[in-house]
Amino acid sequence: MTTATLKPVRDGMVVARRNLIKIKRVPDLLVFSTASPIMFILLFAYVFGSAIDVPGVSYREFLMGGIFTQTVLFGATITGSGLADDIQKGIVDRFRSLPIARSAVLVGRTTSDLVNNVLVIIVMSLTGLIVGWRIHSSPLEALAGFGLLLLFAYAFSWVMAVVGLSVRSPEVFNNASFIFVFPLTFLANTFVTTADLPGPLRVFAEWNPVSAVTQAARELFGNTSPAVPPPDAWPLRNAVLTSLLWIAALLIVFVPLAVDRYKKAVSR
Amino acid sequence: MEPAIEAEGLVKRYGSVVALDGLDLAVPEGSVMGLLGPNGAGKTTAVRVFTTLLRADSGRARVAGLDVVADASKLREIIGLSGQYAAVDEYLTGFENLDMVGRLYGLSARDSRARARELLERFDLVDAADRPVKGYSGGMRRRLDLAGALVAKPRVLFLDEPTTGLDPRSRIGMWGVIAELVAAGSTLLLTTQYLEEADRLADRIAVIDHGKVIALGSADELKSQVGGERLELTVSTPADLASAREALAPLASGEITADEQTRQLTVPVSGGSSALMESLRRLDAEAVKVLDVGLRRPSLDDVFLTLTGHAAEEEEAAR
Repeated sequence: MTTATLKPVRDGMVVARRNLIKIKRVPDLLVFSTASPIMFILLFAYVFGSAIDVPGVSYREFLMGGIFTQTVLFGATITGSGLADDIQKGIVDRFRSLPIARSAVLVGRTTSDLVNNVLVIIVMSLTGLIVGWRIHSSPLEALAGFGLLLLFAYAFSWVMAVVGLSVRSPEVFNNASFIFVFPLTFLANTFVTTADLPGPLRVFAEWNPVSAVTQAARELFGNTSPAVPPPDAWPLRNAVLTSLLWIAALLIVFVPLAVDRYKKAVSR
Repeated sequence: MEPAIEAEGLVKRYGSVVALDGLDLAVPEGSVMGLLGPNGAGKTTAVRVFTTLLRADSGRARVAGLDVVADASKLREIIGLSGQYAAVDEYLTGFENLDMVGRLYGLSARDSRARARELLERFDLVDAADRPVKGYSGGMRRRLDLAGALVAKPRVLFLDEPTTGLDPRSRIGMWGVIAELVAAGSTLLLTTQYLEEADRLADRIAVIDHGKVIALGSADELKSQVGGERLELTVSTPADLASAREALAPLASGEITADEQTRQLTVPVSGGSSALMESLRRLDAEAVKVLDVGLRRPSLDDVFLTLTGHAAEEEEAAR
């Protein structure tokens, strides 16, 4: 490969590095992005967990797959607020006046947010192990599980990029992303089994990508019980495949959309 | 020779608001053009079109011979932009900001670091180089932003209101920095709403109002459009103001303006010092007590008032 074709990748990494320096300078960001999932784990493990019954498997083992998915999804929203913030502060103007690929800023942003998610997953895994979560599968399957979670987060980053570039203000973004993220993470099998949900909500939950990723993570970590098969819904019976399809679909639709939005993003 | 910056009939509308209304402009290589106008006149929109950030609805613009639309990516390699709002990253240090920009311009890691150090030195930011920008003053941020625009030694430089919002001391510092660039022979387009700034830095000034150039020339040429000197005098009582006005009317070459609040009278005159002597004789004959008197050349404020019928600052306040 020549240096000319590498330039967009290199530019993306320069921008990613800039975002990561921010995590280093403002460690509160990482502290708070890990504090809330830790609270969720403790809350569900010790408070709600006792009231929720999942047959065949300990609730804490069941819980972790859901909380992992929820957390990386929240982690991916940083992409949108970060871009909205850059537009508001005029930094996007600086980037847009430079001879770099139109995608470089987005590639950099999504990459640094992926690194952030890796750090968060490490902290969460440790918390999970403390409250009694265990991986019962092979190391390779466990790695595949983490990989799938991160891939999904990366794809969702591009969705959030489109939202962030559309609203252009970090405050508005925080409210807007709530509307997407909350139904996605709660109308799913994250904290309860979908079987308990009423009709239309159950259908939504079964086809929700969050459910597929959660189910896939549980399977890859060995947190499912052979005695209790997944609900009779195609996406959940083929959770890994469905997750990969969702990831591909999100990237195919939202990467070009985000690049297009970026081109048109004119601050003020 | 082809102008370094050239615009023909640029039009840009935002809904019913016309930001650019057929803007024409030509800036010769190596010169400084001041784009002078009140807020909302279309200055920033014009800069955004020239720097490829915004596409005009119609018209044509070329910078260094490159079309701003067709050759946009090539053009970005040879221009520098420093905007109205300092576009620097708060969490990065001054050095990291410049190094990042250097890398994005395609400099090698080594060249980029060397260039960053050189610019920090030149803009008097060495002591703050390794501190996050968050703690910089407004003037330091502007200097860093300007340094960012110079990383790739651009052939054409665009400065959008480089001193807006700065305190007077930082403004004068910024003028010094820009004057040095100008002396080094850069082609520069500078927008400003400060008449004094355009007068001081620009070779030629384009006065822009409602998206159009309404006057063009050197500061001296613009001033001469408004006629000769201004006699300015301050009297002690309102009654004196009225009688002074009457006494000086035959000397005036244009409309006399009086400010009741400050009891100041401005009389356009021709003939310089002899007009001054004559006016003092007349005022003495009328027994008007004069507190202060002076003769000055017309300022760009006078130019703006004559051309647009309103003062630059008045328009701003009305918005």
